[in-house]
Amino acid sequence: MSAAPPPVIVGAGPAGVRAASVLVAAGLRPIVIDEAPASGGQIYRRAPAGFMRGAAVYGSEAAKATAIHRTFDSLVDRIDYRPQTTVWNLRPGRLYTVRDGVCDELTFGDIVLATGAMDRIVPIPGWTIPGVYALGGAQISLKAQGCVVGARTAFVGTGPLLWLVAYQYLKAGGTVAAVVDTTPFATKARQLFGLLRGGKTFINGLRYVATLRLKGVRITEGAIPVTIVGSTHVTALRWREASGREGSVDCDAVAIGFGLKPESQLADLAGVAMRWNDGQRVWEAARDRDGRTAVEGVYLAGDGSAIAGADAAEIDGALAAYALLADRRVTVPEAAVAELRTRRARLTRFREALDAAFPFPAALAAATADDTLVCRCEAVNAGELRAAARDLDAREVNRAKAFSRVGMGRCQGRVCGPVAVEILAAALGMPTQALGALRAQPPIKPLPMTAAVRLAAE
Amino acid sequence: MSTTTTDVAIIGGGGAGCATALHLAWRKARCVLLERGFVGGQASGVNYGGVRQQGRDPAELPIARRAREIWGRLPELIGTDCEFSVSGHLKLARDHAEEAELVAYAETAREYGIELRVIGRNAIRAEYPWLSDQVVAGSFCADDGQANPRLLCPALARAARRAGADIRENARVSDIARDGDGFVIRTADGNEVRSSILVNAAGAWGGEISARFGEPVPIETIAPNMAVTEPIPYFIKPNLGVCGGNVYCRQIPRGNVILGGGRGEADAVAMRARALPEITLAALRRAVALVPRLASATIIRTWTGIEGYLPDDIPVVGPSRTTPGLFHAFGFSGHGFAIGPAIGAIMSELVLDGRSTTPIGALTIDRFGGCDKVGELPDRARSRNH
Ligand SMILES: Cc1cc2nc3c(=O)[nH]c(=O)nc-3n(C[C@H](O)[C@H](O)[C@H](O)COP(=O)(O)OP(=O)(O)OC[C@H]3O[C@@H](n4cnc5c(N)ncnc54)[C@H](O)[C@@H]3O)c2cc1C
Ligand SMILES: Cc1cc2nc3c(=O)[nH]c(=O)nc-3n(C[C@H](O)[C@H](O)[C@H](O)COP(=O)(O)OP(=O)(O)OC[C@H]3O[C@@H](n4cnc5c(N)ncnc54)[C@H](O)[C@@H]3O)c2cc1C
Repeated sequence: MSAAPPPVIVGAGPAGVRAASVLVAAGLRPIVIDEAPASGGQIYRRAPAGFMRGAAVYGSEAAKATAIHRTFDSLVDRIDYRPQTTVWNLRPGRLYTVRDGVCDELTFGDIVLATGAMDRIVPIPGWTIPGVYALGGAQISLKAQGCVVGARTAFVGTGPLLWLVAYQYLKAGGTVAAVVDTTPFATKARQLFGLLRGGKTFINGLRYVATLRLKGVRITEGAIPVTIVGSTHVTALRWREASGREGSVDCDAVAIGFGLKPESQLADLAGVAMRWNDGQRVWEAARDRDGRTAVEGVYLAGDGSAIAGADAAEIDGALAAYALLADRRVTVPEAAVAELRTRRARLTRFREALDAAFPFPAALAAATADDTLVCRCEAVNAGELRAAARDLDAREVNRAKAFSRVGMGRCQGRVCGPVAVEILAAALGMPTQALGALRAQPPIKPLPMTAAVRLAAE
Repeated sequence: MSTTTTDVAIIGGGGAGCATALHLAWRKARCVLLERGFVGGQASGVNYGGVRQQGRDPAELPIARRAREIWGRLPELIGTDCEFSVSGHLKLARDHAEEAELVAYAETAREYGIELRVIGRNAIRAEYPWLSDQVVAGSFCADDGQANPRLLCPALARAARRAGADIRENARVSDIARDGDGFVIRTADGNEVRSSILVNAAGAWGGEISARFGEPVPIETIAPNMAVTEPIPYFIKPNLGVCGGNVYCRQIPRGNVILGGGRGEADAVAMRARALPEITLAALRRAVALVPRLASATIIRTWTGIEGYLPDDIPVVGPSRTTPGLFHAFGFSGHGFAIGPAIGAIMSELVLDGRSTTPIGALTIDRFGGCDKVGELPDRARSRNH
């Protein structure tokens, strides 16, 4: 048949696994690359071999987790699986990877980018004190290692994941010092109708909140985080209630999470245009409903292209694989594809309701105090960023980066970017999206110099 | 749509154009600078940041000296130092032929009033114990240094504005016509500038403009490949280069090591430039071979920029040979950041006094004999590098 190189899938989370299974069913042998040591992605992350807690760690999602893991395990002989391999660069038709400190390259024809999401942070004064974790990090510690990040952990931020992880900590026997949600209850209640579309997912969410309340966890909604207290280690979290009253709780760890943002750097390097998602206030890579992009051979799936959760990611993975096959002139089951699209559209509507119920607190981000660190890699605080905007006339985010170094460090603005644009936009009186998107620059993950040298040794 | 009448129109807001606007404004000439994107958005804002005299073609040395003097006075002239520091520039030889090259160059430089100190094998090991055995000798220019390229053009442009220059960003010149002795310059946004003098400071695109006036040059687009590490303890004080120029690096006091070597890809028409991973990896290997301690560093970013190279690796600076009132300053061939500040002074003299106090005779546009392809060139040596 064709001598086309095998399709490549980056990411072995729910999206990547489903994409692989569709491609394998069509008789292809995709290359599946993931920097993690095992498949599963973020939500269904696997514990290291020898850990005995089993599927219980996935709570209500245990059945789905098991299904994804089984599916992947059944594929392993029929795919070219490359775990612990980070893609650090992408050029037309070529991928650059590093594994165990050694560089490698491979040629591709078609590629599915299923790179998932990462936490969004709003910098609260004190957020770089030891003992402060990103919400996802706090969850990874639980899922992958069976550890809680503190004896008394306070959760601050907003979004469904905030409540989920607090609940998971409670279930795992941890002490939840408080849940401080920046979104007022009324904002969520207004979305009730849309949220009902989420069915079981929504019911589960209600259950998490109810359990936390029942166990007497201190809960506050519509609050403004004031500061994380501590010098060598976190000792307390302070906030201001919607009523104006000060609140405070003693704790030895804080988990911060303000929703998620897509890991879209590889799509950006591939030349896929970025578009502004106003509901989530993030840039995402543009694709059609099946994951096709304007760049031939490049397909996107899952949270890496648009935050919509694990169920949507699974559907996306399958749809992107079908789109890839259809573009290769392989017959695809039209009815199955149509059904997937319908289910996906329903999840999109649910996601829109969730976005409205837990809006990213843009005003809070924009109001970050002058002396609070925004970019921790390059140690740039909000005041310096505002000065760049005003005095140096940085009316475009990459200009602001050039002038202030914001987003120039090892995370390349993946952490500070969404906050930086809100601060800049407010300082300049511009709409946030008018500042544009931070451009991805390779390596998208830091590349050890030794890796270049080790390549030479081959 | 608006029409502005001015004395001097400048195309291009890189170092050359911004410095020209500044010097003209200081001398009270009315000028309008037209920049397609943002000032410093191209080569001048993304380069390596080397500010050196050492290693330059003798034709550039008087300009480099003048520029160096301006770099040292930036705070008093424009209110900021653009992170310029006099770290010295150390050029390394990796074999004896290269060592001989360094010795010979030091002689030439001395004729231009630039003192270089040639350092032999043992001395260089003692002074810079972190260099590898690859290095057999070095040549040190104590007066050279480095600066932050991202800051220079915006700072020059701000100072120029304060002095009265009209600096316009997002103003792409789409058409230029002659009107009697003057020029009518139209921008893509529909505005018009009328001037008696036109300065072509369009960088890699300068050849397009000279060609419109019947002066094509064999300009080639090249993209030096760059990378930067995350901060590591500060130990590389001088700006480092090698004979042959296939690797160079400098460290800033906050710890990042900026390094280059080889060429990325550039498309001057699509205005896109990308570092090439294979080239990056090769440069990293050379850097580690030269400075073994770099092996523990981590690369966090790679990039490149669009630069115009002329076949003899020196720019065109001077009056047009076909069109009275037109002046060129472009094609800086990979090393125009350091001399940009002096180019402004020279261009303002050319425009206002009819002659430059710094010799620029070797940089005339007619040296290529009107050909626009490298192959058609009369036999000419290609020489200089980092
Ligand atoms: C920390 C965290 C925790 C989350 N927890 C939950 C949860 O409990 N419940 C929930 O409903 N949702 C959770 N989410 C949301 C979650 O992203 C989705 O529900 C789901 O995991 C999305 O699936 P995916 O396949 O799109 O991406 P992911 O599951 O994130 O999979 C992406 C995979 O791509 C790999 N990858 C990314 N970039 C590269 C690269 N450059 N090179 C090599 N490999 C790469 C990653 O290692 C990862 O395994 C979480 C998200 C995060 C970031
Ligand atoms: C990666 C890299 C590393 C380098 N390292 C060094 C170094 O260490 N030291 C050193 O001295 N030099 C270095 N250089 C070279 C140096 O950057 C350039 O020589 C110098 O910046 C050129 O300045 P310029 O003003 O001529 O051009 P540019 O900075 O390119 O400015 C020209 C401007 O003209 C504008 N323009 C073009 N056409 C039009 C139009 N039609 N209408 C309106 N505007 C237009 C462009 O948008 C551009 O901004 C390096 C270059 C690169 C790319």
